Order: sequence, then structure tokens, then C-alpha cells
Amino acid sequence: MVQFNLPKNSKILKGNYFKDKNESQNIKKINVYRWDPDKKENPKIDTFEVDIKKCGNKVLDILNKIKNEIDPSLTYRRSCAHGVCGSCAMNVNGINTLSCMKSHKDIKGDINIYPLPHLKVIKDLVADLSTLYRQYESIEPWLKTKEKKSKNFEINQSKKDRKKLDGLYECIMCACCSTSCPSYWWNGEKYLGPAVLLQAYRWIIDSRDDERKERLKTVADKLKLYGCHTIMNCTNSCPKGLNPAKAISSIKKMLATN
Amino acid sequence: MNSYKIIDHEYDVLVVGAGGAGLRAAVGLSESGLNTACISKVFPTRSHTSAAQGGISAALGNAGEDDWRWHMYDTVKGSDWLGDQDSIEYLCKEAPRAVIELENYGVPFSRNENGKIYQRAFGGMTKDYGNAPVQRTCAAADRTGHAILHTLYGQALKHNTKFFIEYFALDLIMKEGECKGVIAWNLNDGTIHRFRSHITIIATGGYGKVYYSATAAHTCTGDGNGMALRAGLPLQDMEFVQFHPTGLYGIGCLISEAVRGEGGYLLNSKGERFMEKYAPSAKDLASRDVVSRSIAIEINEGRGIGEKKDHVHLHISHIDKKIIEARLPGISESVQTFVGRDVSKQPIPVVPTVHYNMGGIPTNYKAEVLTSNGKDKIVPGLMAIGEAACVSVHGANRLGSNSLIDLVVFGKSAAKRAIELVKSNQPHEKIPSIETDKCLDRFDKLRNANGTNKTSELRLAMQQIMQSKCAVFRNEKTLREGVNEIKKPFEGMESISVKDKSLIFNTDLMETLEFDNLIRQAATTIESAYSRKESRGAHAREDFPKRDDSNFMKHTLSWHDGKEVKINYRPVTLSTMSNDVQTFPPKERVY
Repeated sequence: MVQFNLPKNSKILKGNYFKDKNESQNIKKINVYRWDPDKKENPKIDTFEVDIKKCGNKVLDILNKIKNEIDPSLTYRRSCAHGVCGSCAMNVNGINTLSCMKSHKDIKGDINIYPLPHLKVIKDLVADLSTLYRQYESIEPWLKTKEKKSKNFEINQSKKDRKKLDGLYECIMCACCSTSCPSYWWNGEKYLGPAVLLQAYRWIIDSRDDERKERLKTVADKLKLYGCHTIMNCTNSCPKGLNPAKAISSIKKMLATN
Repeated sequence: MNSYKIIDHEYDVLVVGAGGAGLRAAVGLSESGLNTACISKVFPTRSHTSAAQGGISAALGNAGEDDWRWHMYDTVKGSDWLGDQDSIEYLCKEAPRAVIELENYGVPFSRNENGKIYQRAFGGMTKDYGNAPVQRTCAAADRTGHAILHTLYGQALKHNTKFFIEYFALDLIMKEGECKGVIAWNLNDGTIHRFRSHITIIATGGYGKVYYSATAAHTCTGDGNGMALRAGLPLQDMEFVQFHPTGLYGIGCLISEAVRGEGGYLLNSKGERFMEKYAPSAKDLASRDVVSRSIAIEINEGRGIGEKKDHVHLHISHIDKKIIEARLPGISESVQTFVGRDVSKQPIPVVPTVHYNMGGIPTNYKAEVLTSNGKDKIVPGLMAIGEAACVSVHGANRLGSNSLIDLVVFGKSAAKRAIELVKSNQPHEKIPSIETDKCLDRFDKLRNANGTNKTSELRLAMQQIMQSKCAVFRNEKTLREGVNEIKKPFEGMESISVKDKSLIFNTDLMETLEFDNLIRQAATTIESAYSRKESRGAHAREDFPKRDDSNFMKHTLSWHDGKEVKINYRPVTLSTMSNDVQTFPPKERVY
């Protein structure tokens, strides 16, 4: 039997406890994953007591409150705070989501916040998405037209053809889906993962694109595409309500019937 | 003395910022074969262009007759005659071509029955010089900015733009009044980088975060404007801050003008469609400054809604559910997520919310940055585009859907001009180390700051001052108080505290550097507002309710020398660029 040993520093230790100083009655305990690349220490879980009544409704509001009022060194990405930029994707109580859209009111008991799973951590809740971005580049996400169509005219597209892009073009590349996929955890370097495959399908199905066949050929690979085992975590975790699993199965279907 | 190791880079052209404007410039530059780098503090598709909803204006005429001259008239009128008419002519004339180009790049625009790009009505957009509303705003449902941003990133990849992602620009490298590049900090590994370039294009966006409540992202801190001020360059028309009439009450999330474009309307607590009173012909589709002021008046006079009577309602429940689903899906989702309401049944609570900065770095229509020593002077090696720039096409008030078109038209224009000016692979001048040292000393000082003032507290103080003293309505008293009070958070920087001393992804330090940029812009904004003793566009003075063309038809310039603000003015360009259109002389602005 092969023995698997996790590296010693992968063990998560108990960290600091930040007690609320105002003896507030509405305390929620927020457990947050911390890791500092400068210190040669194991990651730890810090616990912050937060007065939930004096805080906005979303998990991101909690993080901002901690950063502004308790510990300015807490590190996470955030930008629009309205669910369109995809910066603040993280794992909240076991589910990948956008912290700006996730209400903490639905969460009973402590809130546990971790970076997106199975990625290299850069610091605290900031994970390294560079592999996913490279994979996105690999599907060549731009419109390809064979002859140089005249630049003075728009390429017409029927309402019906345009509708095929709905549920695809809205993807904000937050990576919640890909990093919830066990297949991607295991073969993340080779399997493209649901986020990138959904984007691939967005171009495959665009009626204006002239290279559908070539695009299909590029993804038709044992690992790139067929790494998907229809586990469906992707669709369950998408904070925008998209269905990457369906996009992947549509690619598979096109390959099977073409 | 600091001791940071510096990693050097050389490029023909450097773009700072990867939103719609920065990416459009980068695409044009890379396509031409110039060696182009684009640095951004966020991954490109996270830029705030992604939040633009309603659409992009261009007189395509897909939904009835249209003419770019009508678009130009609307934009001049919308700007309350503070916009430069040569630049506005350029914008409106180039707009149709720019949108078709975006379509050819692959933007998934919504479509008409005949397969052409769908266009919707928007505030202030009319046909035949103000005679009737026109459908001019090209849309991809209510996610137009997102669709454009992702498509432009794809194009930049196609043309091999070299991206430096999660690099935070610290300062411009200036030598004898010319820009030679930028110093930046790589968040991912903590290293310092010196980018030398023949032309640097600032595309860093707006600075909405000087206010407490804004539709702007946390990252909208106007870093390029801050860098320009530190380089001794002026900003222009900073007093003109657009309040979007319909920010989601209590949240600040944008509720697109497209909602009114598709037939939505505003109601006060008495159930009155109050816009009929303020803008008898355009009603709910008057320009944004007009609608925001009308809402503010309704609230001030006690006809607001809710316990505090501090907001109004936006109704769309009368619109066919299928149309809402097809054209306003993002809005429906946001309202459900943030206030738990179903827009097909319930009204949307809204309030005017800071949304856009008409002001920024002054440029000509070729995107070249201007400074002034009594007369205009081009700053060699420096360009600015997008919300960071003040071309000025928006003047005192921007029309909805004119910002996305501004991004792509002037992004392209900057690329075109840079291609004329730069020959590929020319050697770079040596930069004296004093420029780098000055920048890194500031960085090092802030990094090691061990004072008593938290960045978050100073930022909050600044935001509250701006929110209360420089709001929709202003007067001598509030502005004078604001001018004095804003000095406190600025002086607070002297004793600021940064807890995190590390270099890798130090967001404590980054927020402090952003605050250093914000506070200078807050000061120039409020001083500019104090100095403009008239009402024009988004700048509404209760004590000077009329526009005063004889004294104030001029652009405000504001410098910040690290201590105080200096104000000066430069003339508005009333003449057009060509004979294709005549100047639109100033007249009273009624909707």
C-alpha cells in the first residue's frame, strides 16, 4: 500500500481569539483561515467576535468590519461588492460563494471562512488563480471569423441564436465552480474545469464564430474535457445561478453527434 | 533611505489600468505591433467596467432614424455647455464605428427582430435636436459593461498584450516635465518594478470611494489621478460628481437607467409621478443631474418613502414579465439578493448615489494630457483615457451610456496617437535615481508608519465629510466647512498606522496608498466646488441657482502640492472639429 503523508505545514492550527471589547449582546464568532507567506508557520484559524447587529447583511460586510475595526492585516480580495466582478470568491461554511452576495443571516452558529479550496494560497483568503487564467487563455476566448468580414457592418445574429449565449456570457470567472470540483482538485493542471469549459462552450455555440469544429477538436481531450464526471458540484456552487455542468454535457453531446 | 531591489522593464507603451478604456487602448497598440504592457491592480475582468449595465450609446439607427449630430447635441446639452465641442464631435462621430468594432470582436449584444444590435431609450438621448426620445443605447441585456470588458480582455489576449496583473502603480516617473514610465508594486510576490515606456497611458478609472455611499467598487480610488497630482499636474472639473438617481437604497448597488428606459418610473410617498413636474417632456428620462435633484427635492420636502422618508420608489411591475426577464435580468437578481424584493411585484427603493466623476486628468481628443501655465501645454509621454480622464466630453453632467462609448472611442484614439508618436523598440532614456527614490521613500514611509490613526478611520472621516458637505445640493456654508474639515483626515496621514509590514499582498498598505490618492482628490473636489459660484450640470449651488456663462463657462483646474489646493481655469472649446456640424451655442437647459 502506498502511504500518503501531507506536508507537516499543511496542518491548520488554532490561532488568535479576538474578543469583542464592547460586551455586545449580538456576537457571532467568525473563524477565518490565516496564512502569512513571510512567516514559516502553519496556517491557523483566527476567531473574531463580531457584533452582527452593527454590520451589513453580507459575509463581505463582516470581513470589511474585521479589517476596518479589528485587524487591518486580514487579507482578501474584494471589489464591486455587488456580485459582478467575481473578486471575493471564497469558501463560506463549506460552500464556495461570493462573499458579497452571501447573506450571513442564513448561517446559524459560527461562520467559517476559508480560501477557495485546492489552490495555492498566497496569503490568508487570497488564492492563486493563475492556472485557471492560463487555461482560460488556452481556449482562445475571442470571436474567430474566416474571411475578414467588413469592418463597417455588424454581423447579424438572430434572437434565437443570441439566446443560446444566455446562461454562458454572464460568467464572471469567480472560480467558485472549478474549485468545488473534485476532478479539478485532482487534475487541475490538465482538466480545464467547469469555468473554462463553460467559456469554451460560449464561443463554440456563438453563431457568429466560424471555427466551431476547430474549437471542439481542441477541447476533445481525455483530460481537458472528459475529466468531467458529472459530479455537479459546479452547478450547485455557481453564485450567479449558471449551469456549467450543462455546458460541458452540451460539448460532449456535440462531439458525440458531429 | 529605503533599500528596495528594483526589477526593470522596457516597453514602447505602458497602459495603467485594464478596464474598458485601458484594454481598448492595449488592443489597438498590440495590434499595431508596438511592444505594449498593461498593468492592473486587479485581474482585468474584475475592473469596474464590469458593473456598467444599461448600454453604450451610438447613433446606429437600428431602432428608427438617428444621426450622430443629434447625439452630439444631446451630449453638449447634457454637459450643460461645459463639454468641449471638438471632442464631443469626435466621440459621437466615431461612436457607431466603435460599437460595430466591439460587435465584430464578439460582444454578445441583445438583438432586434432583424438580427441587428438592440438599442433602448436612455435619459437625455433624443432625435432631431431634442424633439423626441430616441433609442440609441446599444445593450447586452443589462450587463453591457460586463460583456464588453470580457470581450476586450479576449482581444488583448489575442494580440498578445503583456499583462502584469495585481501590480499596484505607485507613481509616475517624470523627467523635466515628461513622463518616462511608472513604478509599480507586485502584490503577488512583493517586488518593486520600474516600467520605462515612451508613452504611459493612465486608464485607472474614477474615484467614487471618496464618498461614503457610491455605486463605485472598493477599488475605484482614482490612483492615476493621485499619481498625476503628485507629479505636479492638475486635475480638471473635479466638482462635477454625478449622483445616479437610482442607487439601491441602503446598499448603493446601481439600478440601471435602463429600468426607466424600458418604461419604469419613479413615485414619491404620495404615489405621484413627480418627474412630470420637473421635466414635463422627458419626465423620468431627463438627464441624471435633473432626476437626482428632483428626488432630493421630493425627499427634502417630506415626500420621501420609508420610516425616515429618505428614498423614493422605482416601479417596473407594470412591465411584461417576459421583457423584464429578457432585458433586465441582472437588476432583478440584484434587487432580490440585496433587498429581497421581486421587481415584477414590488417597487425598488432607490436614492441618488455617487456614481461617476466627470472630472479627471485634462486631455485633448487624442488623449494627450494637458497642463497649463496660462495656456495649454501637452505633457510629453503621458496620456489619459476613460473615467480617469477629462477630455472633456461629459462637461458638467454625463449622459447615461456615454461612458462606455467614451472608453472605447478614446481608448482607440489614444492607441492611434501613440502609434503616430512612437517607433517600435527605440532606446529608453536613463532615468535619474532621484525619481525612483522619491516614490519609494513615500512607499517605505507609509509601510513603516506606526502612528495612531487607522487608515479605515481617516477614510471614513473623509467619506462622511464629502457625503454631507459636497452632496447633490451645495452652498457656501457647507462647502466652506468641507474645505476646512477635509484638512483633518489629510493631516491625519502624518500619524497614520499600517499594521501589516509585509510586502506580499499587503492590503493594509495598499488601502493606505489608495487613501493617499483619495484624500488628495477629495480636497481638489471640494475646493473646486467651493470656487465655482454658479449652478451647472451636477454642480447645484443653492446660493447660486443659475448657470453663469459670463463668469464660469470655463474648466476648473486644481493642483495639490502636498499641502494645499491651487485653483485656476482654462477655456471651454466651443468650436467644432470640422464643418460637418455647427457649434451648439449655449441656451437654457430644459428637459
